[in-house]
Amino acid sequence: MQDTVIKIDNLKKKYRLGLIGGGTLTADLQSWWAKVRKKEDPNLKIGEEAVEKKEFWALNGINLEVKKGETLGIIGANGAGKSTLLKVLSRVTAPTDGEVKIKGRISSMLEVGTGFHGELTGRENIYLNGAILGMSRKEVDAKMEDIIEFSECRKFIDTPVKRYSSGMYVKLAFAVAAHLDSEILVMDEVLAVGDMKFQEKCLGKMGDVADKEGRTVLYVSHNMNTIQQLCSRCIVLDKGRIIYDGDVEEAIRIYMGTVKESPTVVDLRELPRAEEHASGIVKMRTLEVLDTQNSVFEMDSKLRFKLTYFTEFDDLELHIRISFQYADGSPVTMIMTEKPFRSHKDREESVIFEVDTKKIVPGKYTMNIILYEINQFGTYRNCDGVKDAYCFEIAKNPQRMKNIEWSHRYWGHVMMDAVEIISEP
Amino acid sequence: MEEKWTTVLKPRNKWLDINLKELFSYKDLVFLFVKRNYVTKYKQTILGPLWMIISPLLTTLMHALVFGGIAGISTDGAPQLAFYMAGNVIWTYFAACVNQTSNTFVTNANVFGKVYFPRMVVPVSTVLTGLLDFLIQFVLFLIILLIYGISGAEIVISPWVLATPLLVLQLALLGMGVGIIVSSLTTKYRDLTILVTFGVQLWMYASPVVYSINQIPERYQFLYLLNPVSPIITIFRYAFLGSGYVPMVSWGISWIVTLVIVAVGVILFSRIEKTFMDTV
Repeated sequence: MQDTVIKIDNLKKKYRLGLIGGGTLTADLQSWWAKVRKKEDPNLKIGEEAVEKKEFWALNGINLEVKKGETLGIIGANGAGKSTLLKVLSRVTAPTDGEVKIKGRISSMLEVGTGFHGELTGRENIYLNGAILGMSRKEVDAKMEDIIEFSECRKFIDTPVKRYSSGMYVKLAFAVAAHLDSEILVMDEVLAVGDMKFQEKCLGKMGDVADKEGRTVLYVSHNMNTIQQLCSRCIVLDKGRIIYDGDVEEAIRIYMGTVKESPTVVDLRELPRAEEHASGIVKMRTLEVLDTQNSVFEMDSKLRFKLTYFTEFDDLELHIRISFQYADGSPVTMIMTEKPFRSHKDREESVIFEVDTKKIVPGKYTMNIILYEINQFGTYRNCDGVKDAYCFEIAKNPQRMKNIEWSHRYWGHVMMDAVEIISEP
Repeated sequence: MEEKWTTVLKPRNKWLDINLKELFSYKDLVFLFVKRNYVTKYKQTILGPLWMIISPLLTTLMHALVFGGIAGISTDGAPQLAFYMAGNVIWTYFAACVNQTSNTFVTNANVFGKVYFPRMVVPVSTVLTGLLDFLIQFVLFLIILLIYGISGAEIVISPWVLATPLLVLQLALLGMGVGIIVSSLTTKYRDLTILVTFGVQLWMYASPVVYSINQIPERYQFLYLLNPVSPIITIFRYAFLGSGYVPMVSWGISWIVTLVIVAVGVILFSRIEKTFMDTV
């Protein structure tokens, strides 16, 4: 089972920036002729150096091994090289340097419905698309029923696909691709289509492909949910390099970039504020965490903060509300002050408060801090609110967690008190 | 540990990197492309596949009218319709091969950019699609010959008719060769697409399509027959109509030229296909 099916060695892919060549034969001939005569190239713009060609490394030294049966997620910002990597793997374009070794057939779904022809019927397109993706006629025949069933388009299967709704089109296309027989499947964001129900179905199918049939799936997406559901391993690409390889959740955390180490004193003035909080009644200035030098805490720690603010309004009865997010952006919980504190106008004031992280499991979290006021009629008024004001980590504690690796995906981020046995048998 | 890899991707490997076995394993795709080209060609037309007969007939009539009638060019005694039809059938196929394969990369850019299959599948299936057209027109040509024969016109059919498959094969290879050379270059130079349509037309007048080889002065004939298409048409006419002669030496040269063009085309094509996505 632990066979390596893809081995990538120092893979590089270079693109030239700007126009490639003169674009026309005459221009290229002119440039060439000028070079022969050691004259200046007439097609260069003024100031452009003939020797220096601008280059762009879309992939810059990728090393990767993928084992059989793995579902590997690939994430990264736009332009990080995800699609280029898939393109090289699916043999659409050749690498500039390095080597890729593949064991088994590889099929790519960089886009569903590639090669569909509007004039052909659904059935004919299944054959055509199947063949383009590398299936023989016999293989398609054998799977025809499954494909039609999966596509939910049986009624329209003998109608030209140009009459299909875009949803049906996509469903049919995905159905073909999902029934490919190849050992390695490469997919680029194909699930971003179809309705919710169909997407679920596709994810299920992809999961089956990997788990039950032992095939390898490489999946690129910006949708962290599908990555989480589908993948067993994840790499993060940045500027053509792999910056992380391993656990899916950690990868997502790194990709989201929300996890930074907060300094002991955070300047809140420049941090982003949501529109509904930016009333400007109070202006939070700094947040200082007390009694610690770093932002990693034991479980059940109490965090102490000193919040410095300024307001031009007198005698505000302020409340503090703090909401927690897990590193992937999913909400954890919210806490607030029971009693308000009174502020005074036109001077910088500080309030010291304590936050109990009890029940929050190890992991990286961010805090949003909102100051609000409840007036005598009981209505709320937001005074100021800062997103991701403080980032902290609850350190792993194997003893407390009974050596269980906490699965944030399935269990959330809070562990309530232990189950108590009231009466033993 | 010795490991077996099915595919190794490297930057630009060897000079000649065509994998015929792989191409063969995609024969179903070739077949489906041919079918697609056929089915979609005449969708939503009233006359449908009838066009395959109408268009060569009209062209032939036009040629007969303009070159035979108005210009009065001799057909070496062969019946006019059969004479022009012979040139036309051959030329149409050749022109279709060149024109259509020369667009391979540009028209298929979106498919090529998304999924891998041996790119050669496309020109091969284009040529095969043309072959079907050719066969239909060829049958039409035979029917015309038959009608002439029944009505008592002088038709001399020589044993060279047996060479027809060889002629067609050469035609297909030559057309595809030229086409893929152009298609490889069009990924960078789009000018060639325009040049091709126009060049093929000029090429027709440089080949014995609307006139017979005997119109060329004797001492220039060898030079004229260096055009690799000329011997093919000449032999075809000789085989079915008995006009002209069989230029053996020129045919040999024409075959050599054909094979060289195909070889150059395939090499160029296989070099371009790996990186064309970055330039197209």
